[in-house]
Amino acid sequence: MSVTTLTMHLLNGLAYGMLLFMIAAGLSIIFGLMNVVNLAHGTFYLAGVYIAYYFIGRQFGFWLSMLLSIIVVAILGVLMEKLLLERVYGKELEQVLLTFGLSFIFADVVKWIWGTSPLTLPVPSGLDVSADLGFMIFPAYRIFVILVGCMLAVLLWYMENKTRVGAMIRAGVDDRDMLSALGINIKVVFTCIFAFGAGLAGLSGVLGGPIMGMYVGIDSEILISSLVIVVIGGLGTWKGAFIGAIMVGVVDTLGRVLFPSFTMAMIFAIMIVVLLIKPNGLFGRGAHA
Amino acid sequence: MLKLDQVDTYYGNSHILQRLSFEVPEGKCVALLGRNGAGKTTTIHSIAGLTPPRQGSITYKGQPISGLPPYKIARRGIGLVPQGRRIFPSLSIRENLTVPAKDSRSTESSRQKWTLDEVYKLFPILKEREHNMGTQLSGGQQQMLAIGRALMTNPEFILMDEPSEGLAPVIIEQVGDIIKKLKETGLSILLVEQNFYLACGAADEVLVMNKGHIVWKGTPQELLANEEIQHQYLGV
Repeated sequence: MSVTTLTMHLLNGLAYGMLLFMIAAGLSIIFGLMNVVNLAHGTFYLAGVYIAYYFIGRQFGFWLSMLLSIIVVAILGVLMEKLLLERVYGKELEQVLLTFGLSFIFADVVKWIWGTSPLTLPVPSGLDVSADLGFMIFPAYRIFVILVGCMLAVLLWYMENKTRVGAMIRAGVDDRDMLSALGINIKVVFTCIFAFGAGLAGLSGVLGGPIMGMYVGIDSEILISSLVIVVIGGLGTWKGAFIGAIMVGVVDTLGRVLFPSFTMAMIFAIMIVVLLIKPNGLFGRGAHA
Repeated sequence: MLKLDQVDTYYGNSHILQRLSFEVPEGKCVALLGRNGAGKTTTIHSIAGLTPPRQGSITYKGQPISGLPPYKIARRGIGLVPQGRRIFPSLSIRENLTVPAKDSRSTESSRQKWTLDEVYKLFPILKEREHNMGTQLSGGQQQMLAIGRALMTNPEFILMDEPSEGLAPVIIEQVGDIIKKLKETGLSILLVEQNFYLACGAADEVLVMNKGHIVWKGTPQELLANEEIQHQYLGV
């Protein structure tokens, strides 16, 4: 494989990794802070892309549709947390059943409304060109996705480490009970974080639409990769999600080219190696009850 | 100021607090002594709302607080300095102090307004090391941080759970001085201790607890004179 082809695959992997990052970041922080394994997190991705498709079809344009889609998915997240998840905090088996069940229900709703044939989002105008990187030509939209992902990573890093809200979230991941004994209404924090994570997954869905298309089943594919990322990166940290997502994105993309039948096995192999060396993940701080 | 009446608290099926009743008057420091497993920490957790009682009532300033979520109890003016300090390891010292919610409702002028500067004035070492992580402090310094963190919620009442645990004798003396200083600012304190001498030095009244209820009550002087109680319930 020539250097140019390799670079192209690496960039593709990076773009895919950024999409995964946006999902895994929310999943990881929800997992770390609330102790909830949200198996319906892939559903937010699915909802994001299909809702954007709906608005784009109504001539709202890509960017406005993206914004509306994020808002709708975040509201969906609030409803899910307030009406359903809140009842099963601390009950892991119930959470798994509930969120897994919800993902089936939403997948069926999507099939019912939009059918089963794969659809795709149009690349937004202005970005539907190829960028000349000097040594190679690469789709401008994918570069845009990589840039958005990196900017989000910086933004989330800043929020996590430099703001009071971020400190509150870290404190919540450390010791939830202590935080509430200091007068913090942890339920409100949970709802906000859940909505934020949902919105982020929705954003990933919209941005991923022109690259990966959309079909029922992409939600579970994305969810499995994201769970692997959370395990690799560690619970409750954006940084872990970012590094883990890049690793999985690049390995997945390169693997599909070099040895298609072993791709999934390779991703899990990375996870196993990380777990053997660092059982809490690369940046994890350890689980707590 | 704080009153427990016939409180029963369970951990799962174990009946830990059994018809526990006592009172902490305003501006006083009451020490709760007892052996391991007597139910001291459960008492603190029951008041703070972390393990709500199944029966009985807890009233604070005449208002029932049992059954309220912990954050509401904290906002009514009850600060917690927990056993083992429970400093947030992922937060810097400064962040440990700035995360707690301020009680914005209180308008009482008598109540000291604790700010970051006030806490730093009380514990200068925390200011010196404010950008270090909370867990990089020594045990005694972590105890100061835990106290400072509770003060940042602007409490009128402080629950202190074994502040002497794991500290060297000279540091324990300092903790005793801090408790007296806090009392002078008008705070009411419930001090749970295993350290008999710290408790007797700082408290106005001493309660001895065994098997989930109060078995003896008196002044520190009376307890110091009563070797039978010391021996039977405290293993002194």
